[in-house]
Amino acid sequence: MSANDWIQIVVYLAVLLLLVKPVGSYMALVFAESPNKVTRFGARIERVVYRVAGVEPGEEMGWKKYALAMLLFNVLGMVAVYVLQRVQQWLPLNPEHFAAVTPDSAMNTAVSFASNTNWQGYGGESTMSYLTQAVGLSVQNFLSAATGIAVLVAVIRGFSRRGVKVLGNFWVDLTRTTLYILLPLSLVISLLLVSQGVVQNVLPYEHATTVQATSYDEPVKDADGNPVVDAAGKPVVRHVSTQEQVLPMGPAASQVAIKMLGTNGGGFFNANSAHPYENPTPFSNFIEMLAIFLIPAGLCYTFGAMVGDRRQGWAILATMLVIFVPLTFGLVAAEQAGNPALHGLAIDAHASALQSGGNMEGKETRFGIASSGLFAAITTAASCGAVNAMHDSLTPLGGLVPMWLMQLGEVIFGGVGSGLYGMLAFAVVAVFIAGLMVGRTPEYLGKKIEAHEMKMASLAVLLPCALVVICTAIAVMTPAGVAGVANPGAHGFSEILYAVSSASNNNGSAFGGLSVNTPFWNVLLAICMYFARYPLAIAMLAMAGSLAAKRHVPESAGTLPTHTPLFVVLLASVVIVVGALTFLPALALGPIAEQLMSATGH
Amino acid sequence: MTHPTTTRRGLDRALVARALGDAFIKLSPRLQFRNPVMFVVFVCSVLTTLLWFQALAGHGEAPTGFIFWVSLWLWFTLLFANFAEALAEGRGKAQADALRGSRRDVAAKKLARAERDAPIVFTPSSELRAGHFVLVEAGDIVPGDGEIVVGAASVDESAITGESAPVIRESGGDRSAVTGGTRVLSDWVVMRITSNPGESFLDRMISMVEGASRRKTPNEIALTILLAKFTLIFLLACATLLPYSIYSVQAAGIGNPITLTVLIALLVCLIPTTIGALLSAIGIAGMDRMIRANVIATSGRAVEAAGDVDVLLLDKTGTITLGNRQAVAFHAAPGVEERELAEAAELASRADETPEGRSIVTLAAKRFGGPDRRAIDARAEFVPFTAQTRMSGVDVGTRHIRKGAMDAVERYLESQDSHLPPLVRRMAEDVARRGATPLVVVDGSLTLGVLELKDIVKEGIKERFAEMRKMGIRTVMITGDNPLTAAAIAAEAGVDDFLAEATPEAKLKYIRDMQAENRLVAMCGDGTNDAPALAQADVAVAMNSGTQAAKEAGNMVDLDSNPTKLIEIVGIGKQMLITRGSLTTFSIANDIAKYFAIIPAAFATTYPALNALNVMHLATPQSAILSAVIFNALIIIFLIPLALKGVAYRALGAGALLRRNLLVYGLGGIVVPFIGIKLIDMLLVLFGLA
Repeated sequence: MSANDWIQIVVYLAVLLLLVKPVGSYMALVFAESPNKVTRFGARIERVVYRVAGVEPGEEMGWKKYALAMLLFNVLGMVAVYVLQRVQQWLPLNPEHFAAVTPDSAMNTAVSFASNTNWQGYGGESTMSYLTQAVGLSVQNFLSAATGIAVLVAVIRGFSRRGVKVLGNFWVDLTRTTLYILLPLSLVISLLLVSQGVVQNVLPYEHATTVQATSYDEPVKDADGNPVVDAAGKPVVRHVSTQEQVLPMGPAASQVAIKMLGTNGGGFFNANSAHPYENPTPFSNFIEMLAIFLIPAGLCYTFGAMVGDRRQGWAILATMLVIFVPLTFGLVAAEQAGNPALHGLAIDAHASALQSGGNMEGKETRFGIASSGLFAAITTAASCGAVNAMHDSLTPLGGLVPMWLMQLGEVIFGGVGSGLYGMLAFAVVAVFIAGLMVGRTPEYLGKKIEAHEMKMASLAVLLPCALVVICTAIAVMTPAGVAGVANPGAHGFSEILYAVSSASNNNGSAFGGLSVNTPFWNVLLAICMYFARYPLAIAMLAMAGSLAAKRHVPESAGTLPTHTPLFVVLLASVVIVVGALTFLPALALGPIAEQLMSATGH
Repeated sequence: MTHPTTTRRGLDRALVARALGDAFIKLSPRLQFRNPVMFVVFVCSVLTTLLWFQALAGHGEAPTGFIFWVSLWLWFTLLFANFAEALAEGRGKAQADALRGSRRDVAAKKLARAERDAPIVFTPSSELRAGHFVLVEAGDIVPGDGEIVVGAASVDESAITGESAPVIRESGGDRSAVTGGTRVLSDWVVMRITSNPGESFLDRMISMVEGASRRKTPNEIALTILLAKFTLIFLLACATLLPYSIYSVQAAGIGNPITLTVLIALLVCLIPTTIGALLSAIGIAGMDRMIRANVIATSGRAVEAAGDVDVLLLDKTGTITLGNRQAVAFHAAPGVEERELAEAAELASRADETPEGRSIVTLAAKRFGGPDRRAIDARAEFVPFTAQTRMSGVDVGTRHIRKGAMDAVERYLESQDSHLPPLVRRMAEDVARRGATPLVVVDGSLTLGVLELKDIVKEGIKERFAEMRKMGIRTVMITGDNPLTAAAIAAEAGVDDFLAEATPEAKLKYIRDMQAENRLVAMCGDGTNDAPALAQADVAVAMNSGTQAAKEAGNMVDLDSNPTKLIEIVGIGKQMLITRGSLTTFSIANDIAKYFAIIPAAFATTYPALNALNVMHLATPQSAILSAVIFNALIIIFLIPLALKGVAYRALGAGALLRRNLLVYGLGGIVVPFIGIKLIDMLLVLFGLA
């Protein structure tokens, strides 16, 4: 690793940590039980929203009602986005006259954007009208993020409230999240991005004539959009030459801001944050990376503030960093070291004044190794899924890191709200084992962890794992599943494993290399996304419901402290052990085999 | 039940033999189904056996010998788990048998009325009902649980307590309870039967020690859920490995897909079999440790709750201080010789057979030498202590020596038209402030001085309390003393709090207040007036010598009637949880080494490069897999003693305890299997099984 790599990572982490407290304490005010300067500020707008929606803001909901409201709201959102995609050809703001999206792709996208996954089987600039993007997808970017935060807030109330059955009002939490957190922050980020050159308009696409004719190979696709392969299994290509370049336009900046802030990750353009109109400069790249972690990191502080012990929040944040930082350095180091298969050849892969060195395949030269590697780690640690480099082109070990970060259950920062409540499920499991080891019925934040909590927490921890291994098995066993694989062998297996891991943990980033806009993949991944998001959230709400009803156990010297470095190490170990034990065999057949083979020259 | 060590060792051999037999009986699928982890192993064993038959028939997916050995060791894994449980149960069963021996059906002398001379009908004890009156005479076995209504007797309770020295049981007071199965050695009593057949203490005890394992405790249920979820995810991870492997073989174009035998071996190695196998043994052994500490708990839940206790209510007398106060000084009134005071006090205490009285005599003798006993005895007329006068003393000729608490003596002096000199009053108050008890001694209307009686705090008790504090447990001293005395003793003993002038109502209120703050309260008691507080406390230990009401109200009975045992009970409760947690950690940590053994072996034909993961340099793929399976089975056997004995428990703060156990069982759990698997692999090579 070069000094440049080190500096970029350290500066990023330092700026992030400086922002945790201000953002976190602001969010704590938003969700405070009593009115304060923040909630008074928007009280009038809130009242109007509630009156229009017919919501009684004072009404507190039990966990079942809260979960039902959340689920209903999200299903309605899915239906709306589905319908919008299917009828976009008849609606305005469609200058490129895109046709209706296919049913399977529309369904996949609807689930994807509602579940905060933002897996994209489609290419934005060649599929979606401006209206669909702005009213369907952008709105869902806000609402899916707000849903995650609302569920988290209810879960935190489960810990902080004592002897009550209610967790708050879903509609109020949703409204406040959107109004006080997501809207203002996206406005700031959008403006910053626009200043860097991110486009924001509703113009038709620009057509430019290039000086030089460009020729390239285009894969031949059949009527269903699947790539055609020849007898040897290689994709059939057609040689094309053109002097026309189409420059896509659109309201990108507003969507990019919330795509990052809400850990959504769905790019306005197909190339996502690698596209120069979505992420033009190193500074915009830095802003985007910061936007991804801003809310998940801040929520840790909010959590501490809401449960009345800020150290608890810092401990959770420390746990996330303990896993995130080494993996990030590992990823960047692997990329900087370059492809092991090329070692010993007459290739200079060292960083110098003239080149970044290392493995630059699939990376943007304006970002280089560090900013691409860091982005890849951030986007997969958080369940964002935006990419500024092609993960398929990472070195085997470099590719292992993003894949594994997702497989850990998206709890290392994770999705806004969902990452932290996932981490709290891990904390409950960790506390349970640790509590036994100190000889007391385990308790976390003064609440006794008993059979019901254990059932829900282990469900939340294991559900994504189960989805990944089962759906990967389904994919590799079905011809439709393996048909989309671009590279056979261990790397092809990695591509499938990555796609399923991404969907089953609501990340949404794509390894690439796998053609997924097929009915099989659209349906399989939609199932993954749906089940990873909602049953897990409901399990956590159920746990919160039972926790809220419990009385608070006072702390004593016999109570296991959950804010110490020891607990941080323990919690990190539990997260890593569950992730490692579940996925090690599968990873051995993918990236690990690939790495070992490249290293030995196969 | 304390058995002499020699018989216990003999018993152990019999126990092992019995457990070995039981291990096979427990292979029944119905029993296995109750433990999800071991049920998976059971199914796997059956599957590999079928695979072996298939191989014998010539269609094997792997070498017959290899399948045979894997299958054999899977069965061993099950048997070892069963053996652990059977061994833990065995002790209880042996005790239950011994107890059953003492539950003989005897011909009871049923009385028509609660009088010794009432007509007797000989009735089998099995037909006695609550409310019947029975006469029990020397040599008779007590036919059932009950309360003595008339008389007193010495009773041999060794059948229940294991203690051979007879105890006195008498009507009235807190020592009126008798237990069925014990034997009256001398005198006679008339008792009222308080329990119907099948509900007696002995019956409960038998079902307790026998059926300890039958009902899972809440914490055990939560842990079982966690283990079941882990098992499920490993089941999925292993089952899906087959399609992954088939795909990889197709893609790479070389090697063979993973065999079912290897998949099953991997699965059994990964699921938490170690803790799964030992879980019920740990619970039973915890109960067993209670029983060996001579404490009978009414449920496993109570034992578990003991580990969570936040507040310990301890009676001062007998727990914190030696049973009795002792005289330590004479403070003579102005104008009175100390010797004079000592003589009078000694005289007044001579007939007082209480330890306090005796200590006064002893102190006087030590200071001034004993006077001629017989000379005075002839003329002396002793005045016993009564609840009305609250004084005792002696009348010798014209002398009327009285001793008693200050207020009682003051009243006596007023009746004698005298009053307490202010200086004596101050002396008495000084004594009280020191935490000692002042007794004022008067002769007629003349005040002689103050006797200082002091509570002797038990040796080492202060250190125990310091330990408790480190564990986060508050100790509270309960005493009938006035607040001043109580405060002084509390400071000396190092308790965190005290409850002075404690009435049963005050105790009950204190417990309720603590519980309102969500603290778990433990206490012990013996009297009927303790019963409400015992019923309210979360962990309530009744003394076996106590009344029936107290025993009914508590959820544990201490057969030794030793109030200090509460501290031990807390330790046993904690130890049980710690053992569970530590072995769970160990079990999961083991998986890392097993992966390193099995993954390269399973996929080496497809991706030879994966052999780089074979860090233990195991000889062949087959020996690697077999070594992991054998290690997985043997570790159960090695850990049985730990499961039965419990993880060593030290009174440390939660953080320190966690660090220590994580280091030993977490880090140890990672390292040990690397060594163990390598050693087994070397042995397999040595025996040509590789």
